[in-house]
Amino acid sequence: MRLSGAEIIIKLLERQGIDTIAGIPGGANLPMYDALGKSESIRHILTRHEQGAGFIAQGMARVSGKPAVFFATSGPGATNTLTAIADAKLDSIPIICITGQVPLSMIGTDAFQEVDTYGLSVPITKHNFLVRSVEDLLWIIPAAFRIAASGRPGPVVIDVPKDVQAAFHEFETWPEPGEREPSEGLIPAEIRRAASMINSAKKPVLYLGGGVIQSDSADEALALAEKASIPSVVTLMGLGVIPTDNPLCLGMLGMHAARYTNMVLEECDLLVAVGVRFDDRATGKVPEFCPNAKVIHMDIDPSELDKIKRSTASVTGDVAEILTALIPLIDENARASWISRVQTLKKEHPMLIADADDPTSAYGVVLKAAELAGEQAIVCTDVGQHQMRTAQVYPFKHPRQWLTSGGLGTMGFGMPASIGAALAAPDRPVICFSGDGSIMMNIQDLATAMEYDIPIKIILTNNNALGLVRQQQDLFYGKRYFASDYSRSVDFIKIAEGFGIKAHDLGTSEDPAETLKIALSEPGPSLIHVPLSPDDPVYPMVPPGAANSEMIGGEKHV
Amino acid sequence: MCKHTVLELSVNNHPGVMSHICGLFARRAYNVEGIACMPVNGGKRSTIWLLVDADSRLDQMIKQVDKLEDVLGVERHDHGHEVISKMAEFVQ
Ligand SMILES: Cc1ncc(C[n+]2csc(CCOP(=O)(O)OP(=O)(O)O)c2C)c(N)n1
Repeated sequence: MRLSGAEIIIKLLERQGIDTIAGIPGGANLPMYDALGKSESIRHILTRHEQGAGFIAQGMARVSGKPAVFFATSGPGATNTLTAIADAKLDSIPIICITGQVPLSMIGTDAFQEVDTYGLSVPITKHNFLVRSVEDLLWIIPAAFRIAASGRPGPVVIDVPKDVQAAFHEFETWPEPGEREPSEGLIPAEIRRAASMINSAKKPVLYLGGGVIQSDSADEALALAEKASIPSVVTLMGLGVIPTDNPLCLGMLGMHAARYTNMVLEECDLLVAVGVRFDDRATGKVPEFCPNAKVIHMDIDPSELDKIKRSTASVTGDVAEILTALIPLIDENARASWISRVQTLKKEHPMLIADADDPTSAYGVVLKAAELAGEQAIVCTDVGQHQMRTAQVYPFKHPRQWLTSGGLGTMGFGMPASIGAALAAPDRPVICFSGDGSIMMNIQDLATAMEYDIPIKIILTNNNALGLVRQQQDLFYGKRYFASDYSRSVDFIKIAEGFGIKAHDLGTSEDPAETLKIALSEPGPSLIHVPLSPDDPVYPMVPPGAANSEMIGGEKHV
Repeated sequence: MCKHTVLELSVNNHPGVMSHICGLFARRAYNVEGIACMPVNGGKRSTIWLLVDADSRLDQMIKQVDKLEDVLGVERHDHGHEVISKMAEFVQ
């Protein structure tokens, strides 16, 4: 075979099973686009901003669990991808960004649209490559897939100079596609020690995170919880691991947890941390997190163990394998007194949901949408109050049902991620909760949803403010609302219609529940506008840097 | 003064490796006091010796270095290493 570098790249992507690539062409990646145009199995989604392409890839990867690919040209194309890549790094999402670069001979000359993509992406990728010769593509592309998917997943950047794309290479056989590598074996003594600590604990709590979802072991986590009656909290990334209606599920912990959730953690004597990284939004002030508890930490990434909190026992390995090995060693145990104590705390300090029955209220719209969309729905959010409200009250049932920017907290994530989710799961409903601040950050991709008729349902809660920022100014900056209220408002209905998207306004609707139902069931993309007061808070809230016991708001009888 | 230790890394040899390693230390505000690097095995691999403070963050730093794709192995020499001590003679 004699193929160009660009043809080799596309063929290798086809062999990896890639069927959708989002991106934007430019001078430095035109050879790749020319080759992509000839592909019969890969569909291209032309976004309006490379950050959107990155989040579309993330949406696909988060739903499918498999690496997804996106394209950008050199210089400004590459710099526009950085936020989406950094976001994937913090949430351990396997995406592969392939960028065009100026020809090798011009690298380092400040050529037109030259930027040091390799250098820029070092700190925000799991690994990155600058391809120096056409034959290297044959090992680099499979390696990128292997690295993105193996161990703790993460983003990989491949920067390909234009002359490498154009150069021809003669070769005999294709390399094998890059796959997730089997993880290193477990240490049986670690498992036994963890099991005996769980068996002898009086008041254990499971603390489950995104690692459980990454390793597809939600069933095992639930089995462990049920076998030994262990109440379970989840991180923002772990929502969906335990169905919210399971009596052992205590919901999300940390900054915006229900009061009882953080109070149960205050009392536990053993914290079993599985696939979590002790993020400060989850733990609050670390020395005061679970003050009475021994800690068992299980994770595939050894550098997470003892990073934030020293554990009493740790287990390194793939969480799915750990849980499978652990469960047979765990004694069945009803733990009647601990469970009843948890029930008491739950009753005395419940999650209070304001205006839950009103579909035009901040929480009510989340609950109504959940009811209408059904159990199979995929739920994406942007970043802000709307995100935290959805995390607090949405009745999640399944892993990979919830897509949110956890570690980086990136406004602009929701809408393109929901496009990616819909591309990866075309037969499932996809809802995106966004805010008027966040949606602006990638609003151009409404055109992408329109052009490809991608049936995302955007529920835009509009408080004409940067709500979560404003709430912090309210609570911690003497109500000095500076730069968090918009002085004028934009007409999102017209904007959506201008992008060719159907739009509905729950604020002026005679029957908001019916309007929401129509919007969620009509074909194609729709935007549902929900006007809110900027003074609606998200409670409870732990002040940044404080202990989780110092929750503000959300008390009963207040 | 802090106690020093020497890390000996076996790495792939290509133009980006140094920036991965030095960048990792820089990002975590961990100073590298001394550094030496030589190709081995005809140049496909290199060995890098890093002189660093042996403070409480070192274990975490080593785990992070070990995670880098281009790092094939990390050895820790708490009693120093000839390469670094010989090099030190040149700068006395
Ligand atoms: C790209 C980016 N810039 C700034 C922030 C800081 N920030 C966090 S929440 C928020 C306000 C979000 O407002 P909106 O999207 O309207 O949601 P709301 O809180 O009102 O529901 C801001 C500015 C961020 N998370 N991401």
